[in-house]
Amino acid sequence: MIHILLSRWRQGYRTLPYPKALPALPDRFRGRPKIHPERCAESYSGACRACAEACPTEAITPGPTGPRLDLGRCLFCPDCVEACPEGAIEYTQEHRLATRDRGDLVWDSTEEYRLATALDGEMKRLFGRSLKLRVVSAGGCNGCEVDVNVLGTLAWDLGRFGIQYVASPRHADGLLLCGPVTKNMALAVRKTYDAIPGPKLVIAVGACAIAGGPFFRQEEQLGGAASVVPVDLFIPGCPPHPLTILDGLLRLLGRIGTNGRDGTTPLDGGETSQK
Amino acid sequence: MSLDLPILRNGQRLPLREVPDLPIRDFREAILRRVQEGDRLACLCAGFDLQLMAVLADDAGHALRVLRTKLDAPRYPALTPDCPQAHLFEREIAEQTGIVAEGHPWLKPVRFHLPWTGAPDPWNRGGAPIPGVADFYRVEGEEVHEVAVGPVHAGVIEPGHFRFQCHGERVFHLEIALGYQHRGLEKALIGGPHPLSLKQAETAAGDSSIAHAWAYCRLLEGLADVQVPERVDLVRGVALELERAANHVGDLGALSGDVGFLPTASFCGRIRGDWLNLSAEGCGSRLGRDWLRPGGLRQDLEPARAAAMRPRLDRAWADTEDAVELLWGAASVMIRFEAAGRVDPDQAREIGLVGVAARACGLDRDVRRDHPFGPYGTRPLSVAQAESGNVHSRAWVRWLELGESSRFLAAALASLAEREADPRPRPLPPRAPEHLCVSLTEGWRGEVLHLAWTDAQGRFARYKIVDPSFHNWFGLALALRGEQVSDFPLCNKSFNLSYCGHDL
Repeated sequence: MIHILLSRWRQGYRTLPYPKALPALPDRFRGRPKIHPERCAESYSGACRACAEACPTEAITPGPTGPRLDLGRCLFCPDCVEACPEGAIEYTQEHRLATRDRGDLVWDSTEEYRLATALDGEMKRLFGRSLKLRVVSAGGCNGCEVDVNVLGTLAWDLGRFGIQYVASPRHADGLLLCGPVTKNMALAVRKTYDAIPGPKLVIAVGACAIAGGPFFRQEEQLGGAASVVPVDLFIPGCPPHPLTILDGLLRLLGRIGTNGRDGTTPLDGGETSQK
Repeated sequence: MSLDLPILRNGQRLPLREVPDLPIRDFREAILRRVQEGDRLACLCAGFDLQLMAVLADDAGHALRVLRTKLDAPRYPALTPDCPQAHLFEREIAEQTGIVAEGHPWLKPVRFHLPWTGAPDPWNRGGAPIPGVADFYRVEGEEVHEVAVGPVHAGVIEPGHFRFQCHGERVFHLEIALGYQHRGLEKALIGGPHPLSLKQAETAAGDSSIAHAWAYCRLLEGLADVQVPERVDLVRGVALELERAANHVGDLGALSGDVGFLPTASFCGRIRGDWLNLSAEGCGSRLGRDWLRPGGLRQDLEPARAAAMRPRLDRAWADTEDAVELLWGAASVMIRFEAAGRVDPDQAREIGLVGVAARACGLDRDVRRDHPFGPYGTRPLSVAQAESGNVHSRAWVRWLELGESSRFLAAALASLAEREADPRPRPLPPRAPEHLCVSLTEGWRGEVLHLAWTDAQGRFARYKIVDPSFHNWFGLALALRGEQVSDFPLCNKSFNLSYCGHDL
């Protein structure tokens, strides 16, 4: 027993102060990409499409004035960055990526990125302070699952936000889905969804669950969660950083603000008892 | 019959015409004889023209041997009755190409899809197969009952279907039906390398991104006959050992959670993140995505970065040691670990277990020593061993390996900190046409095998991936025999096998 207590003392208090303060991200972290139009424009008007051609998931399409990015398809790999002759694409440290609408993930980086808005009305009243999620992996590589799972550890302590992963769809308020939805999982996903009492939410985590990810061309999968169930929140990444997932969940519940770049101030709750 | 099969080293290419092409009789006999002499059947697969290809691993002799046969008709006498290691491979061959291993005692679907080749469905299912619908083994009797679990499980975990034949709490037999994660990976790689191929290799099993990416890169380098610089190998070694450390720490934490010992469970949950974050320091991704590339690295560990990672490594290791040492002193943990999930070492050898599960049964096999790749030839690690084959042994092997990995990492980071970073690697020269290459790495679960042969243009005519889980799932089924149903989570966690790595 004494050893356990000594370890407890040595290990210390390790829950991250988020959302009061952002945890440090590594300098090589690839968050929301950014296109510098001033560097791109001239080549682009000269029909340079190097980034679009380099993108392995067709996440970059030519727009009227410059390339448009689909973060739902993006694997956050450096292929486009390496291909661009003008150095016009870079990854930023911006971890906030979740949206409510699939269309909002397609954007050219000069527009404002429409981050997920909070639930309102009855949904907010029901889920704002307590959200129980059933997690289903449907063809995922276990990458998103790893970073979904990690939110339950004491470092992130998801429970303090009233969010919990539950073992039965009957206990759940929503479905958190990873993977492109393989044909072999389509029925199980549908049955899990049907077994959740309404009203209910669906959260698609990762490039696979949004658009099929690295497997988007394979006929063995259906191209994401929306092919089977209606989706309320899209969290891009391959896999998304735990911070990105948590940001999306809290944004949906209206637990962190949407105003300004430092919109990490908790509106209610989310306090950590730093001792 | 005496037959000299050419010896192939890990990651070396061989012209297809030099791969012995034997009549099916001799092909079978050669495999059976070598397996009897101690070789492992590392891979058995079919091409698209009634061709079977086998890879035999002679671990003690540090040699790989490949052989093939061309069938006249889509059937041949099964190897499985004489060589249980072939059991899942032969099922896979039937499912992918419709070639039936006659006399196979357990010829069932693996991933529930129709043959790629357009061959008739070996199970005559008439339409798209429904996953989990197969002829399950049943124990009959008035007091026998069946427990069915999955595909969706009660946790953040991949899908699979488990059927237990039970007498009260006691499990007579467990049958595991997977395939729910099947997303067409091997098929996607045919005709490659494509722009997505590296990404697909990384996501064969996303928690083993480095092990699979490295196997993929070495396979391409082998086909192009390129030696990567020593520094590249060292950085790859750092990436792989960080992946191993993170997963072993996570597993030890999860095992203690499963026996209700919360201190280690809670500490390790967090410490695992520290190891993952070290990978992110190296490449920006906690899972090591986009760290490696064929021919080199996407991101180097420059001296300053390597030096900065050292103190973080030391802290992560100190925390790990502090958290895990608690386990071995807790009687309540030890009694549960020691009493559950034993696999008989002879059976382990027969079914061809690999990795942690094999070493926990006293099988002395580790690709890093037996078929050295990357930095492991010049920086050998000692192979962890345990004898009992139970949950405790599998936990103990992980613990020993954690120590080895952290020593390796400390030394590797120190030497990276002293050497100048390399300039960007040049693109790979073209791949040799009509050549074959076998590339093995030792991921944290065990042996990862990538095998490919090229067509006349140097493209992949066939690409085969064998995740360690493919060998080891049957080991979990054996570990459950005679156990209580309630010990399934603990046994399962002690193997912690990949569903997507199996389902591909």
